[in-house]
Amino acid sequence: MAGAKEIRTKIGSIKNTQKITSAMEMVAASKMRKAQDRMAATRPYAKRIRSVIGHLAHGNTEYQHAFMNEREVKRVGFIVVSTDRGLCGGLNINLFKQALNAMKQWSDQGVEIELCLIGSKAHSFFKRYGGKVVAKVSGLGDAPQVSDLIGAVKVMLDGYNKGNIDRLFMAQNDFVNTMTQKPDVSQLLPIVPSEDDELKHHWDYIYEPDAKALLEVLLTRYIESQVYQGVVDNLACEQAARMVAMKAASDNAGDLIDELQLVYNKARQTAITQELSEIVAGAAAV
Amino acid sequence: MPYTFHLDIVSAEEEIFSGTVDMLVANGELGELGISPGHAPLLTSLKPGPVKVTKHGGDEEFYYVSGGMLEVQPHVVTVLADTAVRADDVDEAAAIEAQKAAEQALHDQSSEIEYSKAAAELAEAAAQLRTLQAIRRKAGK
Repeated sequence: MAGAKEIRTKIGSIKNTQKITSAMEMVAASKMRKAQDRMAATRPYAKRIRSVIGHLAHGNTEYQHAFMNEREVKRVGFIVVSTDRGLCGGLNINLFKQALNAMKQWSDQGVEIELCLIGSKAHSFFKRYGGKVVAKVSGLGDAPQVSDLIGAVKVMLDGYNKGNIDRLFMAQNDFVNTMTQKPDVSQLLPIVPSEDDELKHHWDYIYEPDAKALLEVLLTRYIESQVYQGVVDNLACEQAARMVAMKAASDNAGDLIDELQLVYNKARQTAITQELSEIVAGAAAV
Repeated sequence: MPYTFHLDIVSAEEEIFSGTVDMLVANGELGELGISPGHAPLLTSLKPGPVKVTKHGGDEEFYYVSGGMLEVQPHVVTVLADTAVRADDVDEAAAIEAQKAAEQALHDQSSEIEYSKAAAELAEAAAQLRTLQAIRRKAGK
């Protein structure tokens, strides 16, 4: 019975791993639900602020904010939203691939790229891969707050205002459903006017203090809320991806245990048979 | 002539209040302002402080906002609330922090930034205190 003990130890260790992965699966499932709620809670703000901006922009056509003007592209900025922790399948790698594709299109045109990284996975990836990183935040936890992101976003907005970058993109995972997360690169600046910006208003606001100052604040808040939304979306994706990955790991562990159990039983049986035949052979010899 | 209007108080992180109200009092950039039904369309920024909401039926509620925007449309009023303390120097400090993190350099923050951050936090604390006092006064009467 040489292999039996080894096999038994192996089964034990796989069982332990399975316990851990199934616990992680359950934790991810409950965190995902919370992240989804948080994702839904951010929607009204972005929607309201968008409609106010649309309104302001249409009401004040003589004043064009820099955030809304297209200009010649010499340098672009990318905000890459990743997770802080691993064990979530191919979530981050798929995103980085998509982001690198988008970046390559720009660098082929001779455009320089500046990076703002959110999440430590993006940081370690671009440290290896290379790239000009101008800002970084990580360690946002399960309940990220807008205040954690203000600094990093401001670096990029300042860069845009100063002309260091002429376009700003954000790469993050879109939460489609529990099984599907879609990596996506979207343009933040200049702001792309959407079709649902209402044009039907016939009245104008009273502005306190004045339209220009208000628009400035609103646009900054809008970009911040977009990035925040991206981060919250990505968090829901992370938990969903981890849940799926851990479920697959638990299932695989189960399969492995079944197989090993079979091998163990066979080994045990062979040993018994052998022992019996030895005894019988011994008795016959006497 | 409408006697009530719909109010939404939302922040980037969550929806804080949504419902039909009689009146709203907030701290505008240029001074305290009360919004009654039928107010002219208005857009203003808000200073940190309490927002008093008189719900339909007379119940009063207080919410604390650390700044934001107030938008008045003919039948809908929206408060876009900030949840974080916002001041130029504090934002700047946060930006510098993010850049520093990118450079992976662990320098001590300069005392100047610490000071302006402390000042902004103090202003916030004072404003929160005022909200509390207003709530207490209402409860006491």
